[in-house]
Amino acid sequence: MMKYVYYPGCSAESTARDQYKSTLAVSRALGMEMIEPKGWTCCGSTPAHQVNHDLAISLASANLAKVKDMGLEMVVSCAACFNRMKTANHEIISDARTRDNVSDALGRDYDGSVPVRHFLEIIIEDLGLEKLKKAVVNPLKGLKVASYYGCLLVRPHEVTGFDDSEHPLYMDKIVGTLGAEPIDWPYKLECCGGSLTLTRSDVVVKLADQIIGMAKDSGADCIVVACPMCQLNLDMRQGDILKATGRQHNIPVIYITQLIGLSLRIPKRKLGLNKLLTSPDKIIGLLSQGSSK
Amino acid sequence: MPLKIGKEKNAGYLKRRVEDISGIKIDGCLQCKKCSCGCPVTSSSSSSPSEIIKLLQLGAGDELLNSDIIWVCASCATCFSRCPMKIDMMAVMDALRILAVERKAVIPEANAPLMNRALLKTIRIFGRTYDLGAMLLYKAGTSTYWNDMEKIPTLLKKRKIAILPPHGADKKTVRKIFNKTNEIKDNG
Repeated sequence: MMKYVYYPGCSAESTARDQYKSTLAVSRALGMEMIEPKGWTCCGSTPAHQVNHDLAISLASANLAKVKDMGLEMVVSCAACFNRMKTANHEIISDARTRDNVSDALGRDYDGSVPVRHFLEIIIEDLGLEKLKKAVVNPLKGLKVASYYGCLLVRPHEVTGFDDSEHPLYMDKIVGTLGAEPIDWPYKLECCGGSLTLTRSDVVVKLADQIIGMAKDSGADCIVVACPMCQLNLDMRQGDILKATGRQHNIPVIYITQLIGLSLRIPKRKLGLNKLLTSPDKIIGLLSQGSSK
Repeated sequence: MPLKIGKEKNAGYLKRRVEDISGIKIDGCLQCKKCSCGCPVTSSSSSSPSEIIKLLQLGAGDELLNSDIIWVCASCATCFSRCPMKIDMMAVMDALRILAVERKAVIPEANAPLMNRALLKTIRIFGRTYDLGAMLLYKAGTSTYWNDMEKIPTLLKKRKIAILPPHGADKKTVRKIFNKTNEIKDNG
């Protein structure tokens, strides 16, 4: 059995509870054991690095140091936490002054050595697409999916090392393995505005409208994401886009783990699909039509 | 954005501070403008990444800290990824944000520093982010009070946002980190 330390991140308890639930349900179904680090704390997220460099690196490192003691790799499903953990390792290894400041803040030394992996990397690199294919009991035939990677998984590539920085395909490969059709589209790496969602929602509405519009024009039935900020912005802002531009997108924005869960016939509720603001019933209907054919 | 560079008594002061905080050598920029071409927010602000660097190179002072792009930048890292000189623009922007607050620059109405303080406050108290608490703290301090409020009932009904604050975090370590890095002391 594959065994990892799973760092949920703060959004797992709030806005991305659906991502958290579906990640755990899918891991269990695919034979992966996920252990949560006791007393895990915030990775620092956006506000810490905008305010104080050492605070940001120390907050992430507090969790990495805990995982170091457990002797396993850290798996992260939130793209933002993944980015902050990777950044902490990178900074600690490349800058001795940062390492000193962090060890002073934590009261212990941390050497930047804990491997940080995104859940998508575990599926592709550790489990493998062959095994995933064998586990699929409900192939998602006829479903056209736009894989949206956004920023934090892939950039900066020197730090995250995720797939490819200009043309990532990890989610597309998984989508194809589930029996769905990954569509080719040009905006998979555009920014949705991320944490500007409360301070400059006008910017987020503009960027989200462009991304969703392009996905629809490219023929997508739904958009899959791996980041809680992307999910919230693309899903929740569809109402604001309608108000601002008159364009009614009405396209489900679901986590890749929820899509995997559907192909494994994990019940909807266990995948948190009821939490989406734009109902996924349309695509689930499409799937049941496909399987009855 | 046409920005008049004032005659500084202490020319190049801001550039030196930015370099010190970010560890980035500003003079490495060649002004190829790849950053600005790929930037998703230049059309939503009056400035662009390459322009910020150019103004720093020319010895701009505190007037640069009033640029709105400092707070519209979403840290998407497209600039850094495409920079032929590997200039980490995100680190430069973080340094400018820190200096804008420190030097009491004009903060745009949306008040991103207040959002940052609100979120960090919840992290210091609970060890983890408490979205709803931070949102209310932020909303109470801005004029955008009613924006997005209509979404709260749906978010709560769908349990898309947590009502209760998080629990179970190692709060002692977090408190220590805040104190040691001199950010929001216990009385803050």
